[in-house]
Amino acid sequence: MSPKTPQIVMQAKGLVKRYGQVTALDGVDFELRAGEILAVIGDNGAGKSSLIKCLSGATIPDEGEILLDGKPIHFRSPIDARRSGIETVYQDLAVAPAMTIAENLFMGRELLRPGFLGQFLRLLDKRKMLEESISRMNDLKVGIRSMTQAVETLSGGQRQCVAVARAAAFAQHVVIMDEPTAALGVKEGNMVLELIRRVRDKGLPVVLISHNMPHVFEVADRIHIARLGKRAAVVNPKYISMSDTVAVMTGAKTVEELPENALA
Amino acid sequence: MNTSTLKLPPIATLGPFIALLLACIFFATQSDRFLSPQNFSLILQQVMVVGVIAIGQTLIILTAGIDLSCGMVMALGGIVMTKFAADYGLSAPMAIACGIAATTLFGLLNGLLVTRIKLPPFIVTLGTLNIAFAITQLYSKSQTVTDIPEGMTFLGNTLKMGSTSIAYGVVLMLALYLVTWLWLRETAPGRHIYAVGNSPEATRLTGIPTDRVLLGVYVLAGVFYGIASLLSVARTGAGDPNAGQTENLDAITAVVLGGTSLFGGRGIILGTLVGAMIVGVFRNGLTLMGVSSVYQILVTGILVILAVATDQMSRKGVR
Repeated sequence: MSPKTPQIVMQAKGLVKRYGQVTALDGVDFELRAGEILAVIGDNGAGKSSLIKCLSGATIPDEGEILLDGKPIHFRSPIDARRSGIETVYQDLAVAPAMTIAENLFMGRELLRPGFLGQFLRLLDKRKMLEESISRMNDLKVGIRSMTQAVETLSGGQRQCVAVARAAAFAQHVVIMDEPTAALGVKEGNMVLELIRRVRDKGLPVVLISHNMPHVFEVADRIHIARLGKRAAVVNPKYISMSDTVAVMTGAKTVEELPENALA
Repeated sequence: MNTSTLKLPPIATLGPFIALLLACIFFATQSDRFLSPQNFSLILQQVMVVGVIAIGQTLIILTAGIDLSCGMVMALGGIVMTKFAADYGLSAPMAIACGIAATTLFGLLNGLLVTRIKLPPFIVTLGTLNIAFAITQLYSKSQTVTDIPEGMTFLGNTLKMGSTSIAYGVVLMLALYLVTWLWLRETAPGRHIYAVGNSPEATRLTGIPTDRVLLGVYVLAGVFYGIASLLSVARTGAGDPNAGQTENLDAITAVVLGGTSLFGGRGIILGTLVGAMIVGVFRNGLTLMGVSSVYQILVTGILVILAVATDQMSRKGVR
């Protein structure tokens, strides 16, 4: 590894995934570097979502290996991935609407009272959860006043911010975001993009799956272009145009036709 | 960013209390006897069986399920505990344990069918409703069991509080409500029940074993039906194979009147107690007014539809 290449946090080599006759992944490689936002784009059927499912533990690849911090890992479920410090944010606002923000942040990872009360009665430490919620949301500069309001009283963008904040608060290694802005309006989408940047600036690498080219070009440090179950190229959004990127994605242009500095 | 901080209308939490209050005022104007402490103690006694069934029913409805079998399972529990004591000479505590075990098994059966075979709770419990009824009739040969030990009816006894007497069963019911309320509010498993009812998919993705939560809820409901069996036996002094027929729907009515949403994830268990009281007050008040029982059923039916409609409309206001 040359000194100027940053450390690779997550890597996949030659992943293959077949569904009956259909080969969704045909030996795809993947590399996520420390402290970056890596966008993953691709046409429908390019193997984008199969790749993400393998990385987040939702499916098990038929061949190939996945490395986390250089060590091979084998996820059997999204819970496994979570235990390894990989958090995933889903597009369809995976929050419980009638429950409070604090409850949503700690859902499934509730803080319990110390001693007998927590261990046997599973009594919640509500005050500590509230304090932690406030500090974590302040950390990410999410401007929501009360952590005890129900999530359904929030706008769509604010709800997605809660989901992103939850992932960022608990992820040790990687945050994967599957179309986090797809269901949102322009202003709301920008709010979430801003938050994604802050997550990266805290030091967590982010994998961002998106159909929205302007969003991708706005926040991504590098762009992984999936095509026909493989990785067509990884490009640098600073040195490539949106139309060239789409051309590679659809196969109208080959990688050889791109200027050399466009590749990353 | 702070434009959308409107609070839920409190109608869901305050509505039941207001309805209960209005009902009480109405019946007080219709009958002199209604407002007496003795009458209220009687209403509570009449409510205690359905009240305890409704605790289990609330837990299930909070997960967006429903249990149509609750009253019949309760009747089966009563027959099992009285017959085990009368026929096999089991001691009262042993026989009671067997009765509660029977209702808990039915809860387990409901839960397994819902979580493992993924059948809709409505269909599952419609089936077990009939199964429990048939077993109850076959096992008891449709005969009431009257020869029961004294240890089984102590909850029907009363304690004096001033001039009014309160049944031990009523005290037990109130205690169960209090404990369940705290459990749902203050513990992780309690909050998981709300989470599952709110959004099963989101809950599963956060790593909560949703199927285990659901199964636990149905089993726990079975335990509550067993306790209700004991209360029913204590109240009537007999094992009645035809018990639970009105309780079956009254329990659902109590939950809905109490403000718990049939869509799951929203509601407060203490509301169910108020809902059960509303049903009890209407039954009692109409009886005092000399209205025939058929009209009471008519009124209960109208009440349920009104409650569900309010629930539906108050949710629409939010979305």
